[in-house]
Amino acid sequence: MPDAIKTAPATEDPKTAAAEPVAVKAEKARSLWGDAWIDLRSNWYFIISSVLIVILLVMTAFPGLFTGASPTKGDLVHHFLSKPELSKVGSPEWLGYDLQGRSVYARTIYGTRASVIVGISVTTLVTVFGGLIGMLGGYFGGKVDALLSGFTNIFLGLPFLLGSMVVLQAFADRTVWVVILALAFLGWTQIARVMRGAVITIKQADYVQAARALGAGTSRILFRHILPNAMAPVIVVATISLGVYISAEATLSYLGLGLADPTISWGIDISGGLSQIRVAQHVLLYPSIMLSITVLAFIMLGEAVRNALDPKSR
Amino acid sequence: MTTIDKTAEVPSARSGDDHVGPLLEVRDLHVEFHTRDGVAKAVNGVNYSVNAGETLAVLGESGSGKSVTAQAIMGILDMPPGKIPQGEIFFRGQDMLKMSYEERRQIRGQKIAMIFQDALSSLNPVLTVGYQLGEMFRVHQGLSKKDAKAKAIDLMDQVKIPAAAARVSDYPHQFSGGMRQRIMIAMALALEPDLIIADEPTTALDVTVQAQVMDLLAELQREYNMGLILITHDLGVVADVADKIAVMYAGRIVETAPVHEIYKRPAHPYTKGLLESIPRLDQKGQELFAIKGLPPNLLRVPTGCAFNPRCTMAQDICRTDIPALSPVTEQDGTELVGRGSACHFWKETIHG
Amino acid sequence: MGRYVARRLLQMIPVFIGTTLLIFLMVYTLPGDPVRGLFGDKGADPATLAAMRHQLGLDQPILQQYWNYMSGIVLHGDFGTQIASGRPVTDVLGDAFPVTLRLAAMAFLIEIVLGIGLGMVAGLRAGRLADNVVLVFTLLIISIPVFVLGFIIKSVFAFQLNWIAPNVSNEATWSELMAPAIVLGSLSLAYVARLTRTTMAENLRSDYMRTAVAKGLPKRRIIGVHLMRNSLIPVITFLGTDLGALMGGAVVTEGLFNVKGIGGTIMESIVRREGTTMVGLVTILVLVYLFMSLIVDLLYAVLDPRIRYA
Repeated sequence: MPDAIKTAPATEDPKTAAAEPVAVKAEKARSLWGDAWIDLRSNWYFIISSVLIVILLVMTAFPGLFTGASPTKGDLVHHFLSKPELSKVGSPEWLGYDLQGRSVYARTIYGTRASVIVGISVTTLVTVFGGLIGMLGGYFGGKVDALLSGFTNIFLGLPFLLGSMVVLQAFADRTVWVVILALAFLGWTQIARVMRGAVITIKQADYVQAARALGAGTSRILFRHILPNAMAPVIVVATISLGVYISAEATLSYLGLGLADPTISWGIDISGGLSQIRVAQHVLLYPSIMLSITVLAFIMLGEAVRNALDPKSR
Repeated sequence: MTTIDKTAEVPSARSGDDHVGPLLEVRDLHVEFHTRDGVAKAVNGVNYSVNAGETLAVLGESGSGKSVTAQAIMGILDMPPGKIPQGEIFFRGQDMLKMSYEERRQIRGQKIAMIFQDALSSLNPVLTVGYQLGEMFRVHQGLSKKDAKAKAIDLMDQVKIPAAAARVSDYPHQFSGGMRQRIMIAMALALEPDLIIADEPTTALDVTVQAQVMDLLAELQREYNMGLILITHDLGVVADVADKIAVMYAGRIVETAPVHEIYKRPAHPYTKGLLESIPRLDQKGQELFAIKGLPPNLLRVPTGCAFNPRCTMAQDICRTDIPALSPVTEQDGTELVGRGSACHFWKETIHG
Repeated sequence: MGRYVARRLLQMIPVFIGTTLLIFLMVYTLPGDPVRGLFGDKGADPATLAAMRHQLGLDQPILQQYWNYMSGIVLHGDFGTQIASGRPVTDVLGDAFPVTLRLAAMAFLIEIVLGIGLGMVAGLRAGRLADNVVLVFTLLIISIPVFVLGFIIKSVFAFQLNWIAPNVSNEATWSELMAPAIVLGSLSLAYVARLTRTTMAENLRSDYMRTAVAKGLPKRRIIGVHLMRNSLIPVITFLGTDLGALMGGAVVTEGLFNVKGIGGTIMESIVRREGTTMVGLVTILVLVYLFMSLIVDLLYAVLDPRIRYA
């Protein structure tokens, strides 16, 4: 083997040398994922975002654990101008009431569900579909690639927000699933491009050539050799876009083109609170804070995963 | 610890100054890297010196610290994670490690230049080779763009690149590997430095091109009477060009010797192993010798002599005591000039 | 170089056709009826509706409609007629477009200057305090949805501090557009900063940077000449595709600050199911997007000789 210094930057010289004998010393050789896991466990971003995400998931599944108040039944006895009672943590009046006398706290808790479900579902759909398109294009190249890349470019030309507005305006009854499909319909291109790039790089790797030389079939090469190695950048992009989709849903709902009553969504509440922004800021303040924290949690998670999987970017 | 002594009659330094002694002298240099997994001790007390017109070959495997030492001399170590906790590097009698950034910058390129292994990645992909060569003159000598370009063409001629004038505006990726390495050499030679450090200059090249590039380098070195530090893992490259050799293992120099003696009589089991692992025509059909095991983990260097787990001659003392680089003598005690070995059993190795 | 440009232009034709066809299909085949929408909840008698559809060409097969529409654009620069007002779409846009363009251009400028600036600061000090501060800042910006950021800025600077007027006047002067432009550009600014930081930190460790140091070049030159040029290539790719996105994203910002740009027109046409206006608007944005990607490709070729000679 030629000297390892060939392409590696100077500082990696001792590391490379240090890594080799590890295998000999009966220590467990570390994989990319193993290494990433070690890195993640000590990363503050990862710890904070994981805790936040677990709380958000519990809120999604069991909002009743956090508040006994109903998010939909308003009582005009509770006036929206009455100040939030910040000392009464967790009570219905904690964060004040909205125009219809509904508890802002309850609505903020129940609003988690739509956001998290939209975020996770869109990301799943987009990763599966975009990943498939990107993988096929990248692997087969030539005409298949030209066709799939062209297809991807056509969708890429549409502005994301505007495109989803156009799609959504056609549906009078915009349920969570309509919003999910609309976002996924326009959102898959990024994953497709990332996956295509990763597959093209990996396809030329020696171990893939070796697998092919040993007579492995196309599907075996694709799913056993290429896919696991191409997943790293895709996972990073997917995690970050999860936050972005939550933000997009809220924006569309805010514009009146996303979710609609009776679904509870932070975007709707924020938009509803805008008219009272000068007198009762709590109506839109708390949903906004929750929305930002939720998006932040997923983006931080993506950032932590990126750092762990791609030490070069550090 | 001993340093490598002069082995050849050398002409005095070219640039007129009153410094006597070696052009470059490294004393007890230590370099470590602070990584997530701990501190990797890449260089552990290296001593060597080079005179004007002299060629020192530094030999070793990956991770032996030979390149890191060179980068420390050049001042291009990444710090952090790199750190120089101890040691001195004298250039013309002045410790470069104590100089300011600006003082060191003035030395880089003008007095000491470096040739890297992978010319493709070491040249900037988005600038023409003419620009990158001319930059030396523009920055250090304040030449105009036009004059710098003319100088660049001269340089390219000098390293025997055909049609230099036509190719000066080409980009690195448009040249072949051998031509690119010539451009690297030209860049190092541009300001006629006193010392050139060549880090595996031919490793990335085809065997046929290797010899041409090596010859060119040796020829230019003679012409300019420069000091040359040639870093390599290839014993074959060394024999023709080097005056003296330093063999490195796990961040230490384990053997030093004038070039031809080391081939005849190595005084360290590691050097011996390296020499025996070169395929030889007269041993056709026999199994080729190989040093067993792998280079040590720099995070956990074995106690005692770092080579002991792989050494055929290892005894208990090798696992406890670090052998110092001690002078090597004939059986009768006559000193062998310039020779040293860091082995408890050097006598058995050279004479046994 | 000329051949390269020609090839890129040719490659854009199918993308243009594909994207406009897609938007056309989205608008006209999805449920919802622009003509019925015109009459609101009252409804109209079927004969009137049919007559109107015929007059607007909506009873023709969809591909025929697409063909008519596109040939109108290509041959006469005719983007159709707004159904409600009967004015040509180009007229409707003519008033609003310059305002949005100005807003987007300002946001774009802020994004370039601040984004690349912050990214450089972070990239050159990768792993140190400045890097972490920039990282936290950009993560926060990315996490706060534009409309939330908008009302934060509005309530702080307009309502609390009284530094700016809450709404932009009809003239939409440059200074009035400052706050909306910051809001509009903030998300991309954060992305540009992250991207610049990452490529710079990566390139800092490349072999040619080591060579530049070994050549004894001054720091300013090492960074300015050797590092920046290589590091800006991916950033420019991002920036190029972003101007179109900024104009599309202006809907939210314009609504918040009451800017009379295409945002209002878009919202109006969407609420009224005004197919022609929607298609016309999106087509223009697609053209902006394609034009910008061409510029990016050219810049790319100028900056990176490996592309030019490929």
